[in-house]
Amino acid sequence: MRSDLFLLVCLIVGGLIFGAALLLNNDYYFFAGYVVLQYVVLSTAWNILGGYCGYVNFGSAAFFALGAYSTVAVHRLDPMPIPVLVAIGGVVSGIVGLAMGYLTLRLRGAFFAIATLALAVVLETLIVNWDYVGGSRGAYIVRPETMPPFGSYIKYLFLIMMLLAVGAITVARLIERSRLGYGFATIRDDELAAEASGVPTLRLKLIATTISGALMGMAGAPFPYYIGFLQPSSAFGLDYAVNSIAMPLIGGTTSWVGPLIGAVLLGSLQQIATVTISSAVNLLIVGFLLVGFVIVAPNGIIGLFHRYVRHKPDDPVGRREVRIEASESAPGASL
Amino acid sequence: MTGLLEVDNLSKRFGGFVALENITLSVRAGERVGLIGPNGSGKSTLVNCICGTLRNEAGSVGFDGHSLNGESAHQRTRRGLARTFQLPRPFASLSLADNMRVPLLYTVAARSGRAAARDIDDRCVALLREVGLDGKARRLPRELTQVEMRKLELARAMAAEPKLLIADESMAGLTHSEIEDILALLNRLNGQGVTIILIEHIMRAVMSFSRRLVVLVSGRKIADGEPNAVVRDPEVERAYLGQ
Repeated sequence: MRSDLFLLVCLIVGGLIFGAALLLNNDYYFFAGYVVLQYVVLSTAWNILGGYCGYVNFGSAAFFALGAYSTVAVHRLDPMPIPVLVAIGGVVSGIVGLAMGYLTLRLRGAFFAIATLALAVVLETLIVNWDYVGGSRGAYIVRPETMPPFGSYIKYLFLIMMLLAVGAITVARLIERSRLGYGFATIRDDELAAEASGVPTLRLKLIATTISGALMGMAGAPFPYYIGFLQPSSAFGLDYAVNSIAMPLIGGTTSWVGPLIGAVLLGSLQQIATVTISSAVNLLIVGFLLVGFVIVAPNGIIGLFHRYVRHKPDDPVGRREVRIEASESAPGASL
Repeated sequence: MTGLLEVDNLSKRFGGFVALENITLSVRAGERVGLIGPNGSGKSTLVNCICGTLRNEAGSVGFDGHSLNGESAHQRTRRGLARTFQLPRPFASLSLADNMRVPLLYTVAARSGRAAARDIDDRCVALLREVGLDGKARRLPRELTQVEMRKLELARAMAAEPKLLIADESMAGLTHSEIEDILALLNRLNGQGVTIILIEHIMRAVMSFSRRLVVLVSGRKIADGEPNAVVRDPEVERAYLGQ
C-alpha cells in the first residue's frame, strides 16, 4: 500500500474510533483512550531506535518529560495552541535526542542502555532544580473546560493524540519501507558489515535518535493539559520507560505493527486494571507479560503470527517482501 | 600515486603490541595479489586498516588517486573498496536479495545517483544468480550452508561494484570442489576488471589464483613478488616451517 493511501486509511480508522468514542458519550473513554494513544506514540517512537536499529533506550521518560516541560515553559511565557506546543516539544526533544546520539552512540548494548538511563536521571535533576517550570513543587496548567467544536477539552486532547499516533505510525512505516529502513536493519544485524556495505551507520543512528526523541517529546507535549498538575515524578515516571520498551517487545519489534498491537493491548489492559483493581498493578501486569513473552514468544505477537498462522520464520515481518517504492523520493535518499 | 591501492609505511599498534610495522604495498588495477602469512602475522589488521575498520597510527592509505586517511569504512566502500569477512557476517534478518540490496542502495545508488526500484530488484537477482543463489533469494542467511554463506558474502561485496575486492579467507573450511567454485568466481570477477587481494591459508588456492604474492610475518612484509619465487624465498620458508 502506498504511503499516502496508508495515511488516509489511518486517518479514517482514527476518525471512526473518535466517532465511536463520541457515541459512548462518556468522557472516561477519552481519558483512557488518550493514555493508550500516548503509548502508541511512545512505543512506536522507541521502536525506531530500539527495534529497527537494535539500540535499547531506557530514557524514554526523559524525552516524554522534555516535551511536557517544554509546554510548561512556553505556557508560562505565552499560552499557545496545543499543536504549536507539540511542534515545540518535538523540536526540543529531537535536538536532545541528536545530542544524546552524539554522546552515546559509540557505546553499544548494555552500555548504551545505561547511558540513556543516566540521561533521564540528569534531566530529572535539572528539572527538579529549575524553579521556572515549577521545580520539585510542580506546575499547574489550568486547561479550559471546553474546546469548541469538540465540547469537553479532553475530546480535543484525544483527537490531538490520535493524530500524533497516526503520524508516528505513518513515519515508522515509511522508514521501514525506505532505504533508511534497510540501513537501520543492517545496524541492528551487524554494524561492521553495514559499514563495509556503504551504510553510514553513525549518521543513521543519529537520525534514529532524533526522530525517536522528537516523537516522544511530541507525545509528552499535551500531557500537562491532560494531567493538570505536572511534577517531575509524574513526567519522569517509570511507567513511561517500562511501557515504551515492553509494548514493542510484546507486540514485536521488527515492524510498525508490533508497537501498535503492544500498546493497544497492554495500554487497554492497564486501563481496565486501573478501574477494576488498582493502578498499582499496572507495572506488575507489564512485568508478568514481558517475562511470559520473552520465554514463549521472544519475537512478540507478530513473531507468533508468522510462526503459527503464516508458517514463516518469525524474525522479519514482511522484510523479505519489502520492495523499494521509489528510492529517490524515500526518506534519507540523500544519505 | 601510481597504483590503484597505495599503502605507505603503515603501522598499527594495540597497546604495546606492534601489529603492523611500516607496511608499504602498491597494487595496480586488475592485479591478482595473494596475501599470506602465519596466524597473527597482521593480515586481517592490514585489511582492517585499508578498509577503515581500524585506524592506523602512522602511514597512509591511498586508493584510486585519493588519500583515504580519516575516511570512515563506508566512505571507502563508496570509493570502490570492498571486502569480505573472515567469518561471514550476513545481515541475518534480511533475505538474501535484501542483503544484496543494501550495498546497491547505499553504495552504487549513492555513487551514481541511479536508484530505480526495478533496476535494483533486477540487479539483486543477477548478483545472486552469479553465485548460484538466485533460487534462494527470499531465504534468510541462516538457512544457507557454509559455502553458500561464503558466496553470499562475496556477492554482497560484488554488489558494491568495487574496483578492488579484498577476500579475507573466503575459502576457509570449504571442501576441494567448493574451493574450486569460489576460485572460479574470483577469476570471473577479475576477468571483469576487479582487482583482487586474496588472503588465504590454503596455498593451493593462493598459488593457482595469484599472479603476485605478498608475505607478512609478525606485522612486517618479508616478501613481495612472483608466487613461485616467493614461496622458495628462504625467509618465507623459515617463517612457515621454522628454522
